Amino acid sequence: MTAVGTERRVIRVVVNGVPYEREVEARLLLSDFLRHELGLTGTHVGCEHGVCGACTVLFDGEPVRSCLFLAVQADGHAIETVEGLAPSESELHPLQLAFWEKHGLQCGYCTPGMLMVLKAFLAEHPNPTEEEIREAISGNLCRCTGYQNIVEAALSAAQLMRQS
Amino acid sequence: MKPPRFRYYAPHSLEEALAVLAEMADEAKPLAGGQSLIPMLNMRLARPSLLIDLNGLHELSGIELDNGALVVRAMTRHRAVERSPLVAEHTPLLAEAIRWVGHLPIRTRGTVGGSVAHADPAAELPGVLMALDGTVQLTSRRGQRLVPAEDFFIDLLTTAAEPDELVTEVRFPSLPSRTGTAWLEVARRHGDYALVGVGAVVSLAEDFTTVTEARLSFIGVGGRPVRARLAEAALRGQPVAAETWRAAAATVRGEIDPAGDIHASAEYRRYVAGVLAERALALAAERAREGARQ
Repeated sequence: MTAVGTERRVIRVVVNGVPYEREVEARLLLSDFLRHELGLTGTHVGCEHGVCGACTVLFDGEPVRSCLFLAVQADGHAIETVEGLAPSESELHPLQLAFWEKHGLQCGYCTPGMLMVLKAFLAEHPNPTEEEIREAISGNLCRCTGYQNIVEAALSAAQLMRQS
Repeated sequence: MKPPRFRYYAPHSLEEALAVLAEMADEAKPLAGGQSLIPMLNMRLARPSLLIDLNGLHELSGIELDNGALVVRAMTRHRAVERSPLVAEHTPLLAEAIRWVGHLPIRTRGTVGGSVAHADPAAELPGVLMALDGTVQLTSRRGQRLVPAEDFFIDLLTTAAEPDELVTEVRFPSLPSRTGTAWLEVARRHGDYALVGVGAVVSLAEDFTTVTEARLSFIGVGGRPVRARLAEAALRGQPVAAETWRAAAATVRGEIDPAGDIHASAEYRRYVAGVLAERALALAAERAREGARQ
């Protein structure tokens, strides 16, 4: 048996509702595909081995590390990144609004990952405790805030989303 | 921090996957959830020339009961186990331990078979499998075999699986009545690899005052999950009492031989293993009583 498999593949993905078709190397990480092929640089790359959580995106609605995910594996699936959060150019998603109001970010490097993991978490837990939020973001590192304001922002966003 | 070049193959059936694995066993790596393999590729610790992606094989996914045993197929995600009412009802130790596996986005992707095949000595699933005397089903083109957890886990990242074999399911046997279980763990942050973790299984006599059987399975204290056989033997026939659990903790500290590393010294691990054993035994015994009352 010779040459099973290929080093390149054509993939079709839907990112933030927009369909794309690209030929990519099999070894291309989803994080690099989003940033370099699609120009969606909102997904940040921190550690590239699944520790920091900055690259978290939603894969068919569930949070995944895009640095531990091959772009070819996304073929036929839907991805959501931080660029897809806001409903329009002039409006913010309740999570973004809460992070702004509660000072849930300083340098902003971890923010896209925080927002994406919290989006999935709040969809399943609309009325979370502080403890549950801390557990939900335990895989996302922030070196600025000490997490306090991120947790407050998440609580505030949950409230905003329940009211709307 | 980018993977080296490899060829990628996504089989459409288990049969196809096994055929390719049989031919290319030396240079191929099966890709399950990728939560351990892809970091190893990114850091160039692994350089397979072919990745066989199992993620499209839906026949390898699912949770069911078979003759009273809970059967979890290999590509079942940790999240599916976490959400499964069947797991919560039949194998509460697995339901309790699975919440400690990685973080939410890791559990979304990580698989039961992948964790077992990777055999990290600080990972929860191998510890649960050892505590419950579970078995691992291995499948290759040559056939299928069931390997008890005790024989499957050999050492650090080393298992009884041959290069052409895939882990296709794991089985968690049912427990006798008047039995309780508990999973406890100490980690730096929730979701980090355990410094020490323990699964306890305690069965009580009809009057609920005597231990008929107890098992203790530790993670993070050796190259593989470790059963504290001396403590288990000493617990048989002992009264359900705080002194019994305390004595077991002392036996545990004497029989395990953890290594120290950057995260925790050997002495610390040995001490914590005793503390966790004491607490887990008490909790498991309490649950054995509560379970019988319901």
